[in-house]
Amino acid sequence: MTAFADPQRPSACPACDAAPLAGLLAGKALTDARLMLALPAIHCAACISGVERTLMAQPGVTDARVNLTLRRASVQAAPDVDAATLCAVLTAKGYEAHELDPGLLAATEIDAAGRALLMRLAVAFFAMMNVMLLSVAVWAGAEGVTRDMLHWISATIAIPAVIFSGQPFFQSAFTALRARRLNMDVPISLALVLAVCTSLYETTLSGEHAYFDAAISLCTFLLAGRYLDHRTRANARSAARELAALEVPRALLVTGHTTQTVAAASLQPGDLVRVLPGGRVPVDGHVTHGHTELDRSIMTGETLPAAIAPGDTVRAGEANLTGPITVRVEAAGRNTELARIADLVAVAEAGRNNYTSLADAAARLYSPGVHIVAALAAAGWFIATRDVRVALNIAAAVLIITCPCALGLAVPAVTTAASARLFRKGMLIKNGTALERLAEVDTVVFDKTGTMTDGAPQVQGLDGIDTATASVALALAAASAHPLATALSKALAGRGILPAAITQVRELPGFGVEGTWHGNSIRLGRAEWVGASDPLATTATYLRIGTAPAQAIAFTDQMRDGAAELVAALKAQGRAVVLISGDREAVVRRFAADIGIDTLIAGARPDEKAHAIAALTAKGAKVLMVGDGMNDTAALAAAHVSISPASALEAARAASDIVLTGRSLLPILDAMQTAKAARRRIKENFTIAFVYNVLAVPLAVAGLCSPLIAALAMSTSSVTVSLNALRLR
Amino acid sequence: MSILGILIPVSLALGGLGLAVFWWMLRKGQFDDPEGDANRILSDDYDDRPK
Repeated sequence: MTAFADPQRPSACPACDAAPLAGLLAGKALTDARLMLALPAIHCAACISGVERTLMAQPGVTDARVNLTLRRASVQAAPDVDAATLCAVLTAKGYEAHELDPGLLAATEIDAAGRALLMRLAVAFFAMMNVMLLSVAVWAGAEGVTRDMLHWISATIAIPAVIFSGQPFFQSAFTALRARRLNMDVPISLALVLAVCTSLYETTLSGEHAYFDAAISLCTFLLAGRYLDHRTRANARSAARELAALEVPRALLVTGHTTQTVAAASLQPGDLVRVLPGGRVPVDGHVTHGHTELDRSIMTGETLPAAIAPGDTVRAGEANLTGPITVRVEAAGRNTELARIADLVAVAEAGRNNYTSLADAAARLYSPGVHIVAALAAAGWFIATRDVRVALNIAAAVLIITCPCALGLAVPAVTTAASARLFRKGMLIKNGTALERLAEVDTVVFDKTGTMTDGAPQVQGLDGIDTATASVALALAAASAHPLATALSKALAGRGILPAAITQVRELPGFGVEGTWHGNSIRLGRAEWVGASDPLATTATYLRIGTAPAQAIAFTDQMRDGAAELVAALKAQGRAVVLISGDREAVVRRFAADIGIDTLIAGARPDEKAHAIAALTAKGAKVLMVGDGMNDTAALAAAHVSISPASALEAARAASDIVLTGRSLLPILDAMQTAKAARRRIKENFTIAFVYNVLAVPLAVAGLCSPLIAALAMSTSSVTVSLNALRLR
Repeated sequence: MSILGILIPVSLALGGLGLAVFWWMLRKGQFDDPEGDANRILSDDYDDRPK
């Protein structure tokens, strides 16, 4: 789990995150008897007990526990219990269930960094409350020995508490100073250390003012901001990891006459792998046995299935549609073409890293400013009074007053509120600055296959076919599991057509279905096999009865829910909308006309898609890329901000900033609205924090800032900022 | 003012107790599934050995 060990920043490159994931997927899943299931649809007490009871009733299951917050169940079971069977049982009972890889999720379960931060926050809060109580007594007018005693008790509580709770700031400041740069934590640490030291010195001299309460409440407010920030990041990362854990790449290894399930990454070149219909090809290689059709849309964007015969090349990620095939492995794991495209992502990512978040921009102005003001104030007072003690007290007061409590809360509070809101609408925010970037978008680029379309074909132009022919087509189509055949039989059955009585039905994987009807040979399938003279340019299947000429049945892709509304709304908002696809120009052009997009790029290869995005960016556009396929990943990474649907390939989801959890595309509109609102709130928060500083700093510099004023200014600014952020929910 | 000699230690002890209890809850994983715990109390299943 070293890839996730650094709690401060997730890896900048999704490919780097994905690589160790793939390795981890391989080893652990097969040996660990502890199973993990994702239950995306559970929501109430009845679901919890229903799921737990169902699981416990399964033979071999010793313990089952549902976590409703994470929508997950962990199961202790005998080694022979299979997660797939448990999922099937749960799904049959009405609880949608998917297998998760427990090896990947182990780190999410025990979020050690989050707990440590929470513990520090608790200690700081405890100390703050007690020191504040004592301070109230001092503010109320305690004098002489009583005041000294109260100060000493405050010191004994505050000093260890600051040392323990302030460590995240001290460490970060130390790292920054060693690298000879300033960050937000340098003035924070300086303020804490200076406040505690001068207060201790004042206390030993029976002085009037001690800032122990200010130091520890500073710590508390800042830790609260840190904790919120950490939780947003951890949630985002665990969401990304959960998506990765949903796909356990396995392969059926052929050894002699038997097959066994192995992890795809453990395969060696030369191994034989069986790929069943409905499965994805796990490796790059050559087909040795079997005919089939492959859906290559995830790699190329092309919707027409490709016919595959022995000797043909197949690539990892392609979906097998009709017949079982045996593949001789040429490359597996990191060496596949699929993994190589993922490396393109790393290159494209580098271009995006120069984005400066609002928080960074504020910190860049803030850190030097604070030091200069504090140093000038101290120098001025030293020249005026020739008293080091007064000068240091003034410097401490200035640092405390200017300390970025509100600044530290301004961004995390807004991001947390916005992410929670978008999660309810069906979106996972994977990147902390994604919302800020989304607010700037003026151009939206959509991928066609799998993003704007549903992947399920729909029959077109059934009206030209008479009932007898239709009933033959239905009888043949019902015999096959091919997506086109399934769509055809569903459409025909929906029109009330009954299947004709046909005999000797036989499916030839990769070609079609044939049979006999009233003594005539009948065929339904690919153009060349059926003998169609002029095949259509679009996706189609062909039917021939006896010696009559073959009839074409054309298909179109079904538009995804909300796609048309989304495009219309984006255009109404004055944003440029572009359709980009690897599919053939005729198909893309017709689809673009249907959905109302004027600008289109067809036949684009993966690197061309990325180049198109780069060209738009070079012209000054802020591009939002929405895509799902392997061929989109480089483009997703190159865009200013990117979104992928839940059905997307894992690498595409890893490369994008936001993942849609539902089927509809409409939440994208909500996301853009929320992003704008969030950006406005962040700016408001910065203004609020700035106004407080402008009001309080002159007091501190003039030496009029008592600990009471410091405490009031700090708490009110932090509370105002948090409340302003909560308006977003 | 001698009352302070009693009240301050008492308030500190109570605060410390709260802190210790929070630490114990954190270790026992009582914040791992807040939504689930809120819902489990509504469940009708009789459970004589709660996990």
